[in-house]
Amino acid sequence: MNEKPEKLINKKGLRLDGRKADELRPVKIEVGILSNADGSAYIEHGKNKILAAAFGPREMHPKHLSLPDRMVLRCRYHMAPFSVGERKSPAPSRREIELSKVIRQSLEPSVFVEYYPRTGVDVFIEVLQADGGTRCASITAASLALADAGIPMRDLVVACAAGKVDDTVVLDLFDTEDKVGCADVPVALMPNLNVVTLLQMDGILAPEEFEKAVDMAIGGCRDIYTLQKEALKTKYMLIGQEEEVEE
Amino acid sequence: MPTYFEKKQLVTPGELLAEGDYLAGNNTYAEENKVYASRIGLADSDNKRVNVVALRSFYFPKVGDVVIGTVLEVGFSGWTVDIKAPYTALLRASDVLSRPFKPQNDELSQVLNGGDLIVAKIASYDRAHDPQLTVGEPGLGKITRGQIIKVTPSKVPRVIGRKGSMISMIKQETGCQIILGVNGVILVTGKNPEDEDLAMAAIQKIEEESHTSGLTDRITQFLKEEKEKTGGKQE
Amino acid sequence: MSSLVTRVRLQQIEKMIEKGKRLDGRGLGDYREIKIEQGLIEKAEGSARVLLGKTEVLVGVKVETGTPFPDTPNDGVMTVNAELVPLASPTFEPGPPDENSIELARIVDRGIRESKAIDTEKLCIEPGKKVFVVFVDVYVLNHDGNLIDASALAAVSALLNTKMPNYEVKDGEVVIKQGYTPLPMKSHPVTVTLGKINGKLIVDPWLEEEQVMDSRLTMAFNDEGNICATQKGGAGYFTQQQILEGMKLAKEKAAELRKQMKW
Repeated sequence: MNEKPEKLINKKGLRLDGRKADELRPVKIEVGILSNADGSAYIEHGKNKILAAAFGPREMHPKHLSLPDRMVLRCRYHMAPFSVGERKSPAPSRREIELSKVIRQSLEPSVFVEYYPRTGVDVFIEVLQADGGTRCASITAASLALADAGIPMRDLVVACAAGKVDDTVVLDLFDTEDKVGCADVPVALMPNLNVVTLLQMDGILAPEEFEKAVDMAIGGCRDIYTLQKEALKTKYMLIGQEEEVEE
Repeated sequence: MPTYFEKKQLVTPGELLAEGDYLAGNNTYAEENKVYASRIGLADSDNKRVNVVALRSFYFPKVGDVVIGTVLEVGFSGWTVDIKAPYTALLRASDVLSRPFKPQNDELSQVLNGGDLIVAKIASYDRAHDPQLTVGEPGLGKITRGQIIKVTPSKVPRVIGRKGSMISMIKQETGCQIILGVNGVILVTGKNPEDEDLAMAAIQKIEEESHTSGLTDRITQFLKEEKEKTGGKQE
Repeated sequence: MSSLVTRVRLQQIEKMIEKGKRLDGRGLGDYREIKIEQGLIEKAEGSARVLLGKTEVLVGVKVETGTPFPDTPNDGVMTVNAELVPLASPTFEPGPPDENSIELARIVDRGIRESKAIDTEKLCIEPGKKVFVVFVDVYVLNHDGNLIDASALAAVSALLNTKMPNYEVKDGEVVIKQGYTPLPMKSHPVTVTLGKINGKLIVDPWLEEEQVMDSRLTMAFNDEGNICATQKGGAGYFTQQQILEGMKLAKEKAAELRKQMKW
């Protein structure tokens, strides 16, 4: 059952989960689902199930961690022990620590940190189920959590990955493709300002392939951005509609 | 020189609102001749100024604001107060006591203690210091009765209504006294908890439906209906 | 943004309780609305999510193979871990489990272990050498009071949802086959937590009430109505009379919950 699949793309050009090379996994997003957090969002991206919450701006403890002229953004990416095939220890792994940093740095350019000196905002990400591409889905959710907390932002941040399996550049790798494929390129984008805030690569790619992957990932980001905006607007439109129906 | 939104359209951070000769108003920012939204809210323009009424925001202290806060801790020379803002506020003992005070902790805790509610004014605030409060004016000081409800600060004007129409109506229908903190904390004091609950329910409803129209009529209707429901059951 | 309850609010809570009611309209002996969802984490062998009012707890169960404890060579192993993740409350900080999450895990563990909820003998693969290890991970997602009951409910629901892989032993090696079997359960413990405010006992304390109460009493009951775990918490105290009163009330509520769960 845990054997490595030989081919990741079949003769018809379909991947193991039935998708075409440039097809995204289904994405479902909900905003404002935690009552204690200042802002929160839940995302299901393929089989990924991720919860993100933002607390702040608030005073930092200990105080010496704060900065006199700006707000400090902190981020914690963490996976639940039951989120992966083999139970993972709840203690933060080196991977989680690195991801916490790159995710923070993908969100930082979007936040107006200079507005709130001497404060901090904490972003907490909990991966409840993982199936490849968790850092991207986490960024998408975390950005919404910040917006839901009312923190002024230049733009939302949305993320998506592309990569290479079986000699083909494909969009949005799931877990098996990530483990067995040749490369994975996660990209985070501020869609209105059209700038990239996260870029990593794992694996090996020729320069043209890399260019194609980045381009494909950005395309994926834009598609997910539409869903991000919708999730934000749905929360407020729904109330307006309910009013019409209630008599 | 266009704007890219319709009046009261729901916009999200980063959405392009206008290009050209426009000013960045509330909850927007300008970059290279373009104005973008920086918060989720309803976009509108006033002459050449593009504004967004934020649907999600938090209170930011401003000198002169009347706020309602909760005392957090008794310190050596005063109290720290939670005013539901990114910064904790400070209330100096010298502001509260009418005579020079001797630095003894227990004296201060008899005046105000952790968990007490106060109505205060922001006396001073700047980027390098936490907001300082004062209670040295009529109408300010410790609150001993009533219930508090928290709303998004940008919705407080909705609770007031045009020329105070909404707030007067709620006061009339429920017989409650209502103090509105600019920080979104609202104090409701009534003759009994049921009246207070009613006023709070109305305010809650305004918070949830603040971006819709015909709100004053709907809230009036809501209050009348609720009163009829409990009218027969009151013991 | 503190979660400190104001003095005025505390007084309201106490006043209402004197009158036999609570701020959210409940009677002293009422639970909040309970919603349970099972199987939402497919990668886990079992999972359940409980909403108790606004308190939200997710439990994932992972089943792996391991060695038994030397003093119980024929029994599988169960371990319970709880995480009070920071997004659940502004009062939770990231870091290793603190005394609250450890106490929570151990109370949930005791209820399950002492009631012999899991038939651990059936988890034995090769006596003394290989057994199934059941990891129960309690993940608190939103804290609005009474994490214990919500976690205990979620844990048992998740165990009821748990499937173990089929296996056979070939040449001393455990080989996983196709298919699954439900985790063998013998009992379904139900946990009830009471809070004490001004001498009055309340069922299912909610977050603000937890800040007013001086102590709490948790009791777990097995299917026969016997007590399989007890824990007093908080810095206050109980009289003997109050303990007996609490026990009767908890037993009654446990039976009600059991009926509601259809266990």
